[in-house]
Amino acid sequence: MKGLISLDVISGIIHTMIGLATPFLYAAIGETFAQSSGVVNLGVDGIMLLSAFAAFYVSLVSGSLALGLLAAAVVGLLMGLLMSLVSVTLKAEQGVSGIGLYMFGLGMSSLLFKVLIGTVKTIDGFKPLPIPFLSDIPVVGKMLFRTNILVYCAFLLVPLAWWVLNKTTLGLKIKAVGQAPAAADSLGISVNGIRYLSVCIGSVLAGIAGASLSISLLNLFQDNLTAGQGFIAVALVYFGGWSPVGVLGGALLFSIVNSFQLWMQVLGAKIPSNIAVMLPYLLTIVALTISVNRARQPAALNKPFERGES
Amino acid sequence: MLSPEREPASPISSRNSSFDWSKVVLNVALPFAGVAAALVLGAVMLLLLGANPLAAFSAIISGAFGSTFGLTQTLVKATPLLLVGAGICIAFRANVINIGGEGQIIVGALAATWFPLSFASAPGWLLLPSTLIVGFLAGSIWGFIPGILKARLHVNEILSTIMMNAIAQQFMNFLLQGPLMDPAGVAQGTFLAQSAQLPHQVWLPRLVPRTLLHAGAIVAVVMAVLVYFFLWRTTIGYDIRAVGLNPEAARYSGIRVPRYQALSLTLAGGFAGLAGAIEVMGVQHRLMDGLTSGYGFTGIVAALLGGLHPLGLIPASVLFGALLVGADKMQRAVQVPSSLVMALLGLIVLFVSSASIWSRRWSARRKIAEQRDRKEVES
Amino acid sequence: MRLRRAFIAFLLAVGLVGAAVAAPFRIAVVMPSATTDMAFSQSMWSALMIIQKEMGGPSALEIKYTDNMYNVPDAAAAIRDYASQGFDIVIAHGSQYGSSVQEIATDFPQTTFAWGTDVNTFGLPNVYAYTAAAEQGGFVNGVLAAKLTKSRKIGVTGPVEVGDAKTYIDGFVQGVMSVNKGITVSKTWTGSFSDVALMTAAAKTHIANGADVLTGSSQSVVGSIGAAQDNGHVMWFGTQADQASLAPNLVVCSQVYDWTGMLREIIAQHKAGVLGGKTYVLTLENKGLKMAFNPSYRLPGFAKAAAERAIKGIVDGSIKVQP
Repeated sequence: MKGLISLDVISGIIHTMIGLATPFLYAAIGETFAQSSGVVNLGVDGIMLLSAFAAFYVSLVSGSLALGLLAAAVVGLLMGLLMSLVSVTLKAEQGVSGIGLYMFGLGMSSLLFKVLIGTVKTIDGFKPLPIPFLSDIPVVGKMLFRTNILVYCAFLLVPLAWWVLNKTTLGLKIKAVGQAPAAADSLGISVNGIRYLSVCIGSVLAGIAGASLSISLLNLFQDNLTAGQGFIAVALVYFGGWSPVGVLGGALLFSIVNSFQLWMQVLGAKIPSNIAVMLPYLLTIVALTISVNRARQPAALNKPFERGES
Repeated sequence: MLSPEREPASPISSRNSSFDWSKVVLNVALPFAGVAAALVLGAVMLLLLGANPLAAFSAIISGAFGSTFGLTQTLVKATPLLLVGAGICIAFRANVINIGGEGQIIVGALAATWFPLSFASAPGWLLLPSTLIVGFLAGSIWGFIPGILKARLHVNEILSTIMMNAIAQQFMNFLLQGPLMDPAGVAQGTFLAQSAQLPHQVWLPRLVPRTLLHAGAIVAVVMAVLVYFFLWRTTIGYDIRAVGLNPEAARYSGIRVPRYQALSLTLAGGFAGLAGAIEVMGVQHRLMDGLTSGYGFTGIVAALLGGLHPLGLIPASVLFGALLVGADKMQRAVQVPSSLVMALLGLIVLFVSSASIWSRRWSARRKIAEQRDRKEVES
Repeated sequence: MRLRRAFIAFLLAVGLVGAAVAAPFRIAVVMPSATTDMAFSQSMWSALMIIQKEMGGPSALEIKYTDNMYNVPDAAAAIRDYASQGFDIVIAHGSQYGSSVQEIATDFPQTTFAWGTDVNTFGLPNVYAYTAAAEQGGFVNGVLAAKLTKSRKIGVTGPVEVGDAKTYIDGFVQGVMSVNKGITVSKTWTGSFSDVALMTAAAKTHIANGADVLTGSSQSVVGSIGAAQDNGHVMWFGTQADQASLAPNLVVCSQVYDWTGMLREIIAQHKAGVLGGKTYVLTLENKGLKMAFNPSYRLPGFAKAAAERAIKGIVDGSIKVQP
């Protein structure tokens, strides 16, 4: 326990945090798009699972990780279209249809795994890609700049998503549709069109989140590989107040606490492991409770749009 | 944020309006159509797996209804669905979504294990009902925390309930590895993650011999009826529904919206906790991991199937229970991987939740027609 | 007339022989996880597949399965259903199924029930119980690990510290300590059976802390595979199933649960009319537990010799391992 403040341990904690945060970043930033347009997609975990399988299977069969990544994105897109069809066009209760999507993704990925692969296998995923110069900086270089391409992209996604949501016409349209769909409609914005687009952006990112697990961080597939990370990602969107920067904060907090508790266990801290494992969940609630800045949720969140209704 | 009741009727007029049979028929027919549509897709999947869809579907029906054991098993599965669903109804009616059912079931079951094991010498007439109450209370605490966080500090309940589920799971792991671990398992060196068996006087009586059907099923039905009376025949229930129908309007009329949302989450937690207690006392007689079986999620689905109405929920949870039991039987009969069952259930949920659009369209048309009639009468 | 009677007798005889040939022996198995889990369920499933092959394929031995039965009432329904379909042997492959087996077995006295891992047959004549002395293989793995570690730091990962995951690791620690008390064994538990991401992070944390040997419950092998991609100089010791095929350059040795011997005996007993009443404990001595050395791992001779001494000591009783 006394070793916890050494430089090695701190850099270890941060290195582990970055790996853990990557799938959360993709999935939660994707969900930020969907929710900003007014659609709660609770099926993120199901999309991640099916895409993780697709990425793994295609990579395994074709030998190409790029094709695997593409497969994950395509599966994400298809799941996004399904979710949009159900929740935007057919106006189903979003919480419930999301649970349906989750169950479908969970069952389908496990079924396909059993039929097409049959047993746990591993592949060579994306290799670490040290960034020239930066990776040579002492401590920091090893901590941050010697990881693989999907991890770098996850962190680059944060400013990109911030820019799209806040500085582009598309972003303004997405927010308008989420805040005041009737007004947006009267301005000639296609409410349902924008929602389809946002849900699909979110689902493709959820797909890449799945791929980041199966072909970049863990390099294998097994039943229920995500173990509920998609649900945590949805929670992080609320934590981040529908802003990519806030989501980054939430993902980093959750992951660093998780990596911290693992170090505590390794160094033999005298607390029961189950209590240690609880910490990230507990601290996420506590952090949100004591934070002053609580953004208001998009006014039309979870409400299907019906022209002529209020 | 949720608008569960999209039909136009206000609480007052719906109480006085005559019973609308055609609407009931539609509300029953549509879920069936949704299930049927999902099963057609399921048939394609079965064909691809090289199984005979007809044999598979007849196994679903015979598995759920074809024998005494199948029938009772359907009711055993329906019991937690009904209880969790009843709580979900209250929450939805107050415009909050309770994703925390899994955690609430766990703490209810934990409390209902710890309590009778600690007071094992108490007589059954005292211990059994108080164990049920303790389970309810434990679940309601687990619902109260996100409720009060939402009411006082505007912490979104989806976030907090998801986190509370994980916390409950780890808390159970902790207790099952230490304080609650079966002393016999420790003595034999097996160290299984299960509690000791509950004292016999808190076992819920079996209703049919050689089956798992227990008196908890009756408790669940009574609770569903109570929830109906609570929501439609008491002022608090009326206020809860007013909050759900239109929070703004409720606020203007002086109803304290956050307080009612916290209350509804507390009650939803309580019913899920009761479901956990009844699973332990009626089925397993000891606490083991895996007892939630996803009821926290499938209870939401059952509530939707039942039109978010506690009385509609009774047949809906029986049907959903039948589906779960039948699908397991299908797996055994045609030997397809059990994950097909989960995929199929997901499709059913997607189809059934989509099908409700026609119910709403129909009521909307009804409303317009009524208004037109009224105008004609007035003019 | 006599001819006709003879003819009928002939037909009957043919019918009986035909029936005897056509009707296969029938086994059903209910398992808590997937048949493909590379661990507990797969160890039983592979054993059944071997037995089926030995007996002459599906026409001689019919096997039906239900997996992922994590929920006990669902499993109970499956067990009862298979029993009522007249299966000769129903295997309830999960310690959580005990109470269900006890209830159902009394209703089907003609059916053999085998369940594990536990030791309790409930005093019923048609119930077999089976378990594995996981601490024994744990001890052997521990001796090997202690001989091979250079950093004198060993990491243990797993989901929850219960059942044979606990007894395996307790045996492992005893094995390490029997070689060198100066070695640190640190443990992490992730609280979830499926959270591979956290298992990987746990394994990485051990490696970052200097551990060069990892072990743990069988599920967590996947975590160490993920971690070893960053750092190839780590050894893994497996349990329950032979995990060498998963990571040939990582796995040194696995303790394998071999249920085939037990299954053969249970089938033979059933055919002889004995339906149960016995507890099987897989041990190194009765060859139910096997140490599978990974052939593609170049194990130094002194380490292998130490492991074989440990096996011999456990078999002849000179080494006692506490569960």
